[in-house]
Amino acid sequence: MSDAQLDIQMIAVVTAAACAIPGTFLVLRRMAMMSDAISHSILLGIVIGFFIVESTTSPVLILFAAAVGLLTVMMVEWLQRTGLVREDAAIGIVFPLLFSIGVILISRFAGNVHLDLDAVLLGELAFASFDRFQVNGWDLGPKGLWVMGTILLLNVALVIVFFKELKLATFDPALAASLGFMPGLVHYGLMSMVSVTTVGAFDAVGSILVVALMIGPPAAAYLLTDDLRKMLVLSVAIGAISAVLGYWMAHWLDASIAGAMATMVGISFLTVLLFAPARGLVAQVLRHKRQKLDFAQTMLAIHVMNHEGTAEMRVENRVDGLDEHLHWDTQFTAQIVDLARRHGIVTESNGVLTVTDNGRQRAQAAMVR
Amino acid sequence: MDTVTSIAVLSVLPDILHDLIFDYTLRTVALGAAVIGIVAGALGAFAVLRRQSLVGDAMSHAALPGIGIAYLVTGRKENLVLLTGAAIAGWLATLAVLGIVRRSRVKFDSALGLMLSVFFGFGLMVLTYIQRRPDASQAGLDKFLFGQAATLVQGEVRNMAIAGGLALAVLLFLWKSFKLISFDMDFASSIGYPVRVLDVLLTTLVVVAIVLGLQAVGVVLMSAMIVAPAAAARQWTNRLGVMVLLSAFFGALAGVTGAALSATQRHLPTGPTIVVCVSAIVLISLLLAPNRGLVWAWFARRRKGEELRRTLAAADAAHGGPRILIEENS
Repeated sequence: MSDAQLDIQMIAVVTAAACAIPGTFLVLRRMAMMSDAISHSILLGIVIGFFIVESTTSPVLILFAAAVGLLTVMMVEWLQRTGLVREDAAIGIVFPLLFSIGVILISRFAGNVHLDLDAVLLGELAFASFDRFQVNGWDLGPKGLWVMGTILLLNVALVIVFFKELKLATFDPALAASLGFMPGLVHYGLMSMVSVTTVGAFDAVGSILVVALMIGPPAAAYLLTDDLRKMLVLSVAIGAISAVLGYWMAHWLDASIAGAMATMVGISFLTVLLFAPARGLVAQVLRHKRQKLDFAQTMLAIHVMNHEGTAEMRVENRVDGLDEHLHWDTQFTAQIVDLARRHGIVTESNGVLTVTDNGRQRAQAAMVR
Repeated sequence: MDTVTSIAVLSVLPDILHDLIFDYTLRTVALGAAVIGIVAGALGAFAVLRRQSLVGDAMSHAALPGIGIAYLVTGRKENLVLLTGAAIAGWLATLAVLGIVRRSRVKFDSALGLMLSVFFGFGLMVLTYIQRRPDASQAGLDKFLFGQAATLVQGEVRNMAIAGGLALAVLLFLWKSFKLISFDMDFASSIGYPVRVLDVLLTTLVVVAIVLGLQAVGVVLMSAMIVAPAAAARQWTNRLGVMVLLSAFFGALAGVTGAALSATQRHLPTGPTIVVCVSAIVLISLLLAPNRGLVWAWFARRRKGEELRRTLAAADAAHGGPRILIEENS
């Protein structure tokens, strides 16, 4: 592995981690699409900032872009507050407009400036290693790593310091308001975090794929835990793993690194969706199947118990005729009788079932319920 | 748009109207934009009413891999092939979103954002993979990102009109069912409508509308054409039929105006210009629509205040009691 490759992977991992932190709160607050809106509309901020400072590397760009990110949030909220447009439509109106103005500005004045629309939207991580951060001739590593590293540290620090406020405002905004935690302030703080992180990451992964890194890992982590701390850690881990795997996939296919990272995020999510221990689809199917068998065994115990000691017991509780009495198909009946016998719920003598004490308890418990 | 540009536009208005009729490129582009506006506007009305405004956004992004894969599989670059691929990809992404929401606890917005970005990223990967293959003459694939209305030719506009017309015909044919599932899904289900099938069908029609616009407006901005005309139309009426017609009209108006503006000004890309036009229509509607509009509501509030003040003054006068100083208290 060359130095450049290592650099790129480090930037990718740090970017993924920095995105996963605000992303966790977006997912929990059901505001995932806000990251999509912000990631589009910051283009306008970058363009305006670029016209003012005439450089693509100035940190002032980040300020302008973050300001437009906040402007997006405020415009969406203003539209919503008029009561004329619902939230989803408000988002869908605001960001295309800001984005369009950005594109128009670029194409009207792009003749004499160097601002590549594709690079802003799609990102090009492959060259990130060449842009070095140098002080007095000392090479301190790629600049992208410093930018994203700073943002990551900032995000971590903010979440640690304001953990209680964020948690309360996320899960119970009404209580947060009544306790004086100012959920509105937390909201705008979080949105600032999303904006700054998005702007920082656009250079590396492109503004649209920031959304994948912000939403994907937290959505996967959401299926794995109910604990906010664990969800944050898992999100960062899933994001980082997807970033590294994505890099190598891009390397192997000679394709866009950002695209491959987003694809990997999707694959990670799919894996978790299928195989998460409690909430995964496979676990759901297995649980459903087990519950069906359990329930059927209980039904069998109830049936046998009901006819116990009655005149028709010899007919009703015979193993041969059970399928008809219980309206089950023959194969399923055989499976359930077999299972129930092995679990000590019923016993068989001369082809007739009798319920055990264990089975009797189970049947009674089920009927009381 | 600044005033200088506006004045410039006004002064060339007669030329634009002339060109709209006689200039081949402009006429084609304007017709194409009108078709996109009508179809997206009409179907977008349903998306907005069903709180699925952002589904259009997700679908148009998610269509990207379909374009690349269609090219990889067939080796052909005809629009019909590529756009069919786009439609399939957008459709699959939407089904994935609905599936994730139904089968897991991941919420709608997360599922939407995830599928949007993952499909888009995957599309990007596929397109870059194609570009870097030695045998590929890939030119023309990336125009779907931002759209190139100027490359539309008459035959393509005709195809768009046919596909859009078919989608609208289905909409008209199933009007009652779509209306019902848009306003009361549970009731529709309880009286035996196949809501799942209708839901998927309506979503499919929206996919068709989006794919129609990809070439001219591009992936990134097509979502605005679904949401904005419908949100504007909603302000003027409470009737679904009127809303759909108005929405289609607004879409077409924005499409033609945007196309004409961008054709007469240099460096004014069509897609974004159309979006700015449609946003202007939204703003005007929000402000001026009767009953719901903000200006209207402001006047109504003022009038009510006046009335209240007058009533109170009259009551005071009748009782001869002390006059309440409303102005100072309010």
